[in-house]
Amino acid sequence: MTARSEAAGGAPASTGPDLPAPATDPVAIHDERVLPISLARRLLGRPELGSVVGAVAVFLFFAVVADGFLRAASLGTVLYAASTIGIMAVPVALLMIGGEFDLSAGVLVTSAALVSSMFSYQMTANVWVGVGVSLLVTLAIGAFNGTLLSRTRLPSFIITLGTFLMLTGLNLGFTKLIGGTVSTKSIADMEGFPSARAVFASTLTVGGVGIKVTVLWWLALVVIASWILLRTRAGNWIFAVGGDKEAARAVGVPVARTKTGLYMGVGVGAWLSGQHLLFSYDVVQSGEGVGNELIYIIAAVIGGCLITGGHGSAVGAAVGALIFGVTSKGIVFAEWNPEWFTFFLGAMLLLATLLNAWVRKRAEATT
Amino acid sequence: MARFRTWRGVALAGALSLTALTAAGCSSTGGKRAEEAREAAVAEGRAAVDTPRWTFAMVTHSGDGDTFWDIVQNGAEQAAVKDNINFLYSHDAEAQQQAQLVDAAVDKGVDGIIVSLAKPDALKSALARAAEADIPVITVNSGSAVSAELGALTHIGQDETIAGEAVGEELNRRGHERALCVLHEQGNVGHEQRCDGVEDRFDGEVERLYVKGTNMPDVQSALEAELQADQAVDAVVTLGAPYADTAVIAKESTGSDAEIDTFDLNAKVVDGLASGSLGFAVDQQPYLQGYQAVDLLWLYKYNADVLGGGRPVLTGPQIITGDDADALADYTRRGTR
Repeated sequence: MTARSEAAGGAPASTGPDLPAPATDPVAIHDERVLPISLARRLLGRPELGSVVGAVAVFLFFAVVADGFLRAASLGTVLYAASTIGIMAVPVALLMIGGEFDLSAGVLVTSAALVSSMFSYQMTANVWVGVGVSLLVTLAIGAFNGTLLSRTRLPSFIITLGTFLMLTGLNLGFTKLIGGTVSTKSIADMEGFPSARAVFASTLTVGGVGIKVTVLWWLALVVIASWILLRTRAGNWIFAVGGDKEAARAVGVPVARTKTGLYMGVGVGAWLSGQHLLFSYDVVQSGEGVGNELIYIIAAVIGGCLITGGHGSAVGAAVGALIFGVTSKGIVFAEWNPEWFTFFLGAMLLLATLLNAWVRKRAEATT
Repeated sequence: MARFRTWRGVALAGALSLTALTAAGCSSTGGKRAEEAREAAVAEGRAAVDTPRWTFAMVTHSGDGDTFWDIVQNGAEQAAVKDNINFLYSHDAEAQQQAQLVDAAVDKGVDGIIVSLAKPDALKSALARAAEADIPVITVNSGSAVSAELGALTHIGQDETIAGEAVGEELNRRGHERALCVLHEQGNVGHEQRCDGVEDRFDGEVERLYVKGTNMPDVQSALEAELQADQAVDAVVTLGAPYADTAVIAKESTGSDAEIDTFDLNAKVVDGLASGSLGFAVDQQPYLQGYQAVDLLWLYKYNADVLGGGRPVLTGPQIITGDDADALADYTRRGTR
């Protein structure tokens, strides 16, 4: 993680809208913009710093208090828990950097799983057909959110709240209407299932440890999202629309298209986790997923995404998901009462946000 | 306008590729075609009696998309068709909302009310209103202890503690020593009673694990973590059918040799029992709870019959093992067991 943050540290895009304040430093001889910046200061400016510190602290904490937490197999479990959140936290973080929310992200995962399962079953089609249809549907829902947002100019909170409620109802209604029960039928005996399971829900054994394939998906998403954010023009657009929409529009950034793209990105994440859900359990309960949207947002915020947009990183969101995985499973390993889990999580959220704010203030003050 | 053309193009291309995909990628195994072949034709339900078309309302504390209550509802609907009943179903997991739904049914002047009593205190005043309006009430599922007190004709359901005790005894019979009771809804009293019952009769130790039932991967990783942390666990008891299958996956990935047992049935549980990946299941026959409730209300209206003599009529626990699985497979698949 550290290596990637350092490499990304020098990228101009990350500072996007928050241009450094005019230098008061007497050492500024020619041009303060090309002043060499010390490594420590560059690190301080990274949005994920707070969360990395937090992740290390939480990890060490559970390594000490929980028996068996440090066993290789246990780490595989923790990584799995983190990856199922992380796959969604990364696109959600990008969306938040772009200044918007998506409250429909949690149930969209369930929708994605339901669509591929029911389409394959009802059409008696190869399950890969259902997988493809599901991708089209999630992309369409992302596009719907984005288009509605830019057409109506309503806050994303309202629009995606509407989508959230509609999807919740559609998930339940369609499943019952089509299948007669509230969960889908098993598609495990259908063609294409074994290969789809290998892609979306297999376990790889690395050095005797079972690593779920979702961990690889998660890492791949982090790499892709970081590349988009830090190395492409679209990445600059994302920071720009999140920082100041009007200013971005004034300099020619396609605001509406950028935001729609971000919502479709969330759609892709939901599709991926939905397929994982379907192919690991092969039956999907239509009422699942409600409440998970908040978990993705929390992971992104713990990872240093500003709730107001314009600042954050994909790596940070991934680390936020990791903190989630370590905490939720660490409590089980420590054999504590789970009543405390949400308290712990809330405290962590506050601490992470405060730490982020403090680090940012320090970084800005010393620039 | 260029933008509109692009959009239309994308939509058209999507629709075309979808059709092509469907045509090309048919599965020759499983799917709906297989199901249709399986059940050639199910006879259309018809009323078996010519009593007036009474209206019965059923109000439960089910959450959205709950498989268990879906089966209860199926049972009630089947009985309603047979008894010439106009059947209204509504549910809300929040006690206060559930009470308001009962109020609405009373206001509507229905001929009978079926209600589940997960949170009896919240429903007390609504049921008093029903009694005032002379509407007969039957309680189902949970609340056997307070049913008569709240003026219900009878209660149909499973005593959660007794069901838990049955599990505890079965675990003893199978020689287990350390069981894990997996609760998927924190704060659900019935769930605690089940685990209490297990603890009461089981000679070994019982550990409780709370998982987030609305998030399957979370359930799986929590189970994996627990099985890794406590390797002495030799029996896992899940409180809902969908979680049994997840427990099997967690067991396999951690290499644990614990036996997985569960409360309640579904098609996958029956398959698991048949294949031996599950030890046993405790069924409280949710279909019967819905069916009997409607039927008994009809009997009361038609013939003033009351069953149970003031005591709850138990629909469970019934212990189901691999030997019974074959007989039940078709019923779970159609959503009635």
